Amino acid sequence: MHELIRSNKRRSALLIASFVVVVGLVGGAFGLAIGNGIAATIVALVFAAVLAFTSYWKADKIALAVSRAKPADPQQYARLHNLVEGLCLASGLPKPGVYVVEDPAPNAFATGRNPQHAAIAVTTGLLEKLNRVELEGVVAHELSHIRNYDILVSTLAVTMVGAVALLSDMAIRTMWWNGGRVARRGDHNNSSNPLALVGFALLIIAPLAAKAMQAAVSRQRETLADVSACQMTRYPPGLISALEKLQADTTVTHSASTATAHLWIEQPLSGVGDGGKLRATHRMFSTHPPLEERIALLREL
Amino acid sequence: MLILIIVLAVLALLVIYLIAAYNGLIRRRNQIENSWAQIDVQLKRRLDLIPNLVETVKGYAAHEKETLDAVITARNAAVAAPNTPHAQAEADNALTGTLRQLFALGEAYPDLKANQNFLALQEELTATEGRVAYARQFYNDSVLSYNNKLQQIPTVIFAKMMNFDRREYFEADEAARTAPNVSF
Repeated sequence: MHELIRSNKRRSALLIASFVVVVGLVGGAFGLAIGNGIAATIVALVFAAVLAFTSYWKADKIALAVSRAKPADPQQYARLHNLVEGLCLASGLPKPGVYVVEDPAPNAFATGRNPQHAAIAVTTGLLEKLNRVELEGVVAHELSHIRNYDILVSTLAVTMVGAVALLSDMAIRTMWWNGGRVARRGDHNNSSNPLALVGFALLIIAPLAAKAMQAAVSRQRETLADVSACQMTRYPPGLISALEKLQADTTVTHSASTATAHLWIEQPLSGVGDGGKLRATHRMFSTHPPLEERIALLREL
Repeated sequence: MLILIIVLAVLALLVIYLIAAYNGLIRRRNQIENSWAQIDVQLKRRLDLIPNLVETVKGYAAHEKETLDAVITARNAAVAAPNTPHAQAEADNALTGTLRQLFALGEAYPDLKANQNFLALQEELTATEGRVAYARQFYNDSVLSYNNKLQQIPTVIFAKMMNFDRREYFEADEAARTAPNVSF
C-alpha cells in the first residue's frame, strides 16, 4: 500500500511537471503570436503558479461551496459520523470535516489539500439509499482519496487545465486579429512566420491534451481508491453492492458541475456513459472508469 | 587530500542514512504504541455506554432481570480485567455475547424497539464495536509496517544493536473466532 501511495505521489509530481511544460509551451506560443516569446512564457508560468497556489489554500472551501455542502450535524447524522470515525481509526487518519449535500442522487466526494485539512461530503440521497456496509464502503473510498493525496493532485490539476485553456483561448483570440503572422516594423517582405503556425496548432491541441491527461490520471486514481477502500474495510462486498446501487440509480447529481465532476465517486454528469460512435472519445475524456469495470475489478479481490 | 574528502563524504552519507533509518523505526514504533492505546480508548468508551443502555432497557423490560444482570456482571468483569491483551479480549468477548442478548430483547418489546434513546445507544454500541475492530486492524497494520522495516536489509544489520525488537500481532483467540451464540 505504501508503495502505491509513493508511486502515486511520484506520478503526481510528474503530472504537475508536465503541466508546467504544457503551460510553458502555450505561453511560448502565445508569445510568438504577440511577438515576445520569453516574456509571455514567464507571464504564463507566473499565472499558473498563482492559480496553483490559490487552489492549494482555498480549493476545498470552493468545492464545498459550489456543491452547496453543509456541515453534517453530529446528532442528526450520527451514523455517518460514526462510520467516518471508525474508518479513520482503521487507517490512522485524522477525522476530516463531514458535510452533507441536499440532493436526491446518491453520490459523494472528498476534497482538501492534505489529511489534516480535508473534508468529505455525501448527498442525502446516498444516506437514504445505502445501508450501513455500503455506506462504509463509499466513505472508505473517499478516505482513500484523502490518504493517497488524490485530493491535492486533482485540485491542482484542475486549476492547471483551467490555466492552459484560458491562455490558449486568449492567444487564439489575439491571433485572430493579426492572422497568425508576426509583422513588425522593418519586416518588409511581410512573410508569415512558420513558427507561429506551429504555435497555433499547439494552442488548439494543448487544452484537449491537458484535459485528456487529467482524465487519465483521475481514472487511475478511482481504481486505486476502490482497492484501498477494500483494504480499509476488509470487506469488498460492501463497496461492490454500493457501486451496483449507484449504477442502477439514474438520478443526475444536480449539485455537481463540470468543474467538480472528477471529485465525485460516480461520474455525476449524464451523457458520458452512453455507447455509440462517440464512445471511444467519451472514454478518453471521462474522469471515471465505467462502473462495470470497477465492479468487475473488485470482484477479483 | 582527494581520498580524505571521499572518505569523509562516504562517512557523512552513512551517518545521514543511519539517522534517517533510526527515525523511521522510531516513528513506526510510536505509531504501534499509539494504535494500541486507541484500542483501549474504544474499549473504555464501550464500557461507559453500557450503564446507560441497561437503565433504558430497565424502563421497558424490568423483569428481564437475568439478561440485565448478565450484562452488568460481564461489564464489571471487563472493567476489572487485568491489563493484558489476552484477558481483555476474553472479557470483551463475554460482554459482546451478553449484549447480543440484550439487543435481542428489542424484538420482544416493540415499545423498547421504538425508543429513540435505545436506538441511539444501539447505534453507538454497534459503531464502537466496529471501532474496536478497526483499531485492532490498524494496530496490526502498524506492526506489519514496523516489522517489515525492521527485518529488511540493510536495517536488519544495525536494528539489533539499537535495541529494536520484533512486535507481536494482536490475534483473536479461539473463543473470539467463533461468533457468540444467542439463545432465546
